[in-house]
Amino acid sequence: MAEKKSLGKEFTKGILAENPTLRLVLGTCPTLATTTSVQSALGMGLAASIVLVCSNVVISALRKVIPDKVRIPAYVVVIASFVTIVQMLVKAFAPELDEQLGVYLPLIVVNCIILGRAEAFASKNPVLASAVDGLGMGVGFTAALFLMGSVREILGAGSFLGLSIPFLSQNPMLVFILPPGGFFVFGILMAVVNRIAENRGKPRAELRGCEACPMAATCKLNSKENCEENSSSVEDSKEAVI
Amino acid sequence: MQMTKELLAILMTAILTQNFVLAKFLGICPFLGVSKKLNTAVGMSAAVIFVMALATAVCYPINTLLESNGLSYLQTIVFILVIAALVQLVEIVLKKYIPSLYNALGIYLPLITTNCAVLGVVILNIDNGYNFAKSMFNSVGAGLGFMLAMVMFAGVRERLESADIPKFMRGLPITLVAASLTSVSFLGFTGIVDNIFG
Repeated sequence: MAEKKSLGKEFTKGILAENPTLRLVLGTCPTLATTTSVQSALGMGLAASIVLVCSNVVISALRKVIPDKVRIPAYVVVIASFVTIVQMLVKAFAPELDEQLGVYLPLIVVNCIILGRAEAFASKNPVLASAVDGLGMGVGFTAALFLMGSVREILGAGSFLGLSIPFLSQNPMLVFILPPGGFFVFGILMAVVNRIAENRGKPRAELRGCEACPMAATCKLNSKENCEENSSSVEDSKEAVI
Repeated sequence: MQMTKELLAILMTAILTQNFVLAKFLGICPFLGVSKKLNTAVGMSAAVIFVMALATAVCYPINTLLESNGLSYLQTIVFILVIAALVQLVEIVLKKYIPSLYNALGIYLPLITTNCAVLGVVILNIDNGYNFAKSMFNSVGAGLGFMLAMVMFAGVRERLESADIPKFMRGLPITLVAASLTSVSFLGFTGIVDNIFG
């Protein structure tokens, strides 16, 4: 019973308290780029979730086999393999989605969320817990993308999932589906989430410093002055140690 | 002449109309994270230009090799490993032989090893079917565009530091809204390149 409860916790933490996009500010590139419509937002969320769950399971299963020193390259190879599989499936069964996502589909490889979970969770926990953790994070990521996509499509194109909304579709505010709208909607959404978090006595979401970075343990930049200057970009350095 | 025109058009498109950060959303993490000070913004972008050009120069022949053997489905895995290994190699070489350059760019190199902008430019070159010269111009243009956006945005953020911002907008939200306005200014370039070179 106790185990069930903790599994439930692993699942829900990714959706609200530790939502990867809105609370941890990870994976900002796909969040901004693929939310021009609800459909592509959901497609991106789903693709990333599949990769996240599969790579979490495999990495967790192999956690005792992979030598510590080469673990990051090993994780990247596992993640890249699943991305390639997902890419092939999308190309074969949903070519329309492939067109919409374009270059962002292969770029799931460098999504901070996936390597971050591999390093922070899957490398230390058993298979089932890792799968549940991946699922929770994936659902949280998809939910955040869905929210962004809904706002941008409703305001920017006057439609929802391609169905036009009577009043709004006559004069849509095109800027919302253009690049500036992405930054704007994300900024406002962050402000709202920060407000809610503050009311509940939780810290505001910020670009994280070194301690949140998946590379923190191995990164040679992990000294004070470098970290303060480069804080969030460290998250992007997947393989600094290869 | 035609060729030069085409190459210049690709360069200008990559810098202005299809800016990597502000129009394609690639490399957002360093854009938001390292743009607080002007000198770090410049150092980071210089390293990005360098790595992008290098990665393209190396990945182009590798891709030809993969395609001629019918292995193009391996692109994603191969590129990410090649870029990562390449940057590590460059870092070691620079440290040993050109310490002055290493001191300027060195600390930024590992940060951008697998930055999505670098992998992104390599994949985009292939998707667009560019030849070697066009790929190189596109990569350098993308890097210069990154630098332009970073430097402009560093200026904006320095002004933000002293501004009186509503409490709930402080920090990340206002930075994103500022990025949105910077992005609007780049929308103004739409059509310019086509009209000059088209």
